Amino acid sequence: MKTYQPARRDFLLQTSAIVGAAWMSAQWPAVIAAAQHAHAAANAQTPPKFEVLAPEQARQVQAVASQIIPTDDLPGAREAGVVYFIDRALKTFASDSWQTYREGLTHLNQLTAMKYPGISSFADATPEQQETVMTELVAEPPKGESHRRIGPGDSDDFFQTIRVHTVFGFLADPSAGGNREYAGWKVVERDPAHTFSPPFGYYDKDYPGWQASSPETDKK
Amino acid sequence: MNQGKVTYKPTDEVDFVIVGSGAAGGVLAKELSSNGFRIVVLEQGPYLTAADFSHNEIDVFIRHQLTNNPKLQPVTFRKTPQDKAKLQPSIMYGRCVGGSSVHFTANFWRFHEIDFVERTKVGEIPGANFVDWPITYNDLERYYTKVEWEVGISGLAGASPFDPPRSKPYPMPPLPVKGSGVVFERAARKLGYHPFPAPMAILSQPRPGRSACINCGFCLGFGCEVGAKSTSLSAMIPVAEATGRCEIRPNCYVHRIETNKNGHATGVIYFDAKRNAHLQKAKAVILCANGAETPRLLLLSASSQFPNGLANSSGVVGKNLMPNSAAIAYGVFDEPLNDYKGFAVSRVFHDFYELDHDKVGFYGGGGLDARFDFTPAGFALSALPPGTPKWGREFKKALHQNFTRTFEIFCHGTSLPVESNSFSLDPDVKDDWGLPALCMTYRDHPNDLKMMEWMKDRAMEVLDAAGAKTKWHAPIEEQQFAVHLLGTCRMGNDPKTSVINTDHRTHDVPNLFLCDGSSLVTSGRGQPTMTIQALAFRAADRITALAKRGEITS
Repeated sequence: MKTYQPARRDFLLQTSAIVGAAWMSAQWPAVIAAAQHAHAAANAQTPPKFEVLAPEQARQVQAVASQIIPTDDLPGAREAGVVYFIDRALKTFASDSWQTYREGLTHLNQLTAMKYPGISSFADATPEQQETVMTELVAEPPKGESHRRIGPGDSDDFFQTIRVHTVFGFLADPSAGGNREYAGWKVVERDPAHTFSPPFGYYDKDYPGWQASSPETDKK
Repeated sequence: MNQGKVTYKPTDEVDFVIVGSGAAGGVLAKELSSNGFRIVVLEQGPYLTAADFSHNEIDVFIRHQLTNNPKLQPVTFRKTPQDKAKLQPSIMYGRCVGGSSVHFTANFWRFHEIDFVERTKVGEIPGANFVDWPITYNDLERYYTKVEWEVGISGLAGASPFDPPRSKPYPMPPLPVKGSGVVFERAARKLGYHPFPAPMAILSQPRPGRSACINCGFCLGFGCEVGAKSTSLSAMIPVAEATGRCEIRPNCYVHRIETNKNGHATGVIYFDAKRNAHLQKAKAVILCANGAETPRLLLLSASSQFPNGLANSSGVVGKNLMPNSAAIAYGVFDEPLNDYKGFAVSRVFHDFYELDHDKVGFYGGGGLDARFDFTPAGFALSALPPGTPKWGREFKKALHQNFTRTFEIFCHGTSLPVESNSFSLDPDVKDDWGLPALCMTYRDHPNDLKMMEWMKDRAMEVLDAAGAKTKWHAPIEEQQFAVHLLGTCRMGNDPKTSVINTDHRTHDVPNLFLCDGSSLVTSGRGQPTMTIQALAFRAADRITALAKRGEITS
């Protein structure tokens, strides 16, 4: 997979086209520094060492995340490094969720063993078997309270919690520690550039400019 | 960074201490320091600058880098005063220098003439505590213009046939149109409406020290890393500090206004970052702490002299909360809009600003805008069509197909003032400093829910006319979360039914002034910041005149 490298020259060209040379000459060092900081964070490899998850738990989390966002011809949770994001989250902003994970992962193994005797870990089941077990897990009534403003740690339910963490680890700006090599943004087709100029998409590319309403539409 | 800036000691009796550095506090700090007064601004949050702002959603949304933290500052919620309130995050406000203007959408509509005199025109509405403003649109017009020019607003004067009169055009052209704006504009025109370029507090042209918008796409919820968003932080605070008379003191949590035996304010008590308490002395106090924290501060300042809270002889402090009503409809289109690029809103229409009560059967009105205000992660969690699987191949497929092809129509509208809708002090719950937590009591007036149903139907029609291949709307339900914190210390001429007079002076304490969302008498149509800032510019003129006449004494 190709790593996205923001070209400083491209950044300057795009930006100066919008804001004008005078402003840029005064301000560009700070703007460039901010953009480069974000991109450096994006490209820093999280050390492949888990701080919270035991190796077996990491395998399970990886398997669950890969069920939530599977890999096909486009990258999935695995390629985005979601498991590393989650491990980091459990060490930091989502440390309150650790209990929910521990219990949830144990429960998931129990569901797996009941459905497929002889398989004691969700991570050892085939992807098809995992999908069946996930379907059972998701069908269970949610545990605990989920608040209106969704955020990691706001729910005691294992599926809700790991789903929110997986989505953030897959799609958040890489400065937050996930979405490696913009894997998630490839899926949603978000251009990783830091600045944009119009036209932005299909519908505004032939826009003639704003005009006042025509007489027949003017009913006021 | 702080070199050359003035600092005062808490024991220095400054001319004004301003509590809060947001939309109103920033303007008052700038105006009053420019007029020669010595000012201390106390802000509970940190002093972040453009260089501190990032696209890191964990910092912003999970760690509450820019906003109140419900873990440190719990809020309780109940629907009626008869219910027992329970812990529930129910408000959000900016908690950093610049306040909510740092992270807001930056929609910047003026109120119209009708917003100030609607009670007279509409008559009494059962269950509502609906009154006219003691000032009119004409009193505020020049201050709206001042906001547009000094803070920096992009827009096109005369583009909406429903706009109120104005003395000057906008200082800069509108921002570029987005795909959502084009699709919305064409559909709205097909239906006979009058869409126009959204007035936005975001620069379309650079200003000294500030870039024009670079369309990075991380706008609502985020601080602007190039200073393009026209916030108190980017536009007002630097001017205030450059006077050499204004100190912005961050990480200071004000929890009491001190008064003397004459019943005059002598200063405010705050906890610093290390939670040590200080008294900042001042000749006068101005609260700009927002529509939740301003009434809370007055209630926290109760004393034997003011048993119901400071400036609360009317009993109106904290009451008549209006969060504005809202409805959202979503559409998915065939081709990529790529609406994640740029700011949130580029087109809006005001054909429903003032609805005919006899025709629609309810009071009110509002505006509809076309927008996209999601980060990719936020989109995945909250903007896929109902029924989309929450995980697996179909979930991923929906993300892949919809992210670039979706936009929302956001309907903004009036909230009626209802006396029992309020902020009060929770009798049991304390914040992390041991102070009584805010309790929010709120239930939408039935009229407001009717209006939102109606607006939502119009939004769905626009999506139909636009050719959306999939469309749906968020359920219309009683609100339990407020961002616009309006009306809780309303302005009025009668000290029995209002908290401040038209000079923003409290009726009860002659050297205590309030100016923020709490001052509003009606809710407007959903975009309050422009009016809060116009009021702040006007308040600065009034307060300056009083001070120069020697009418403000501690």
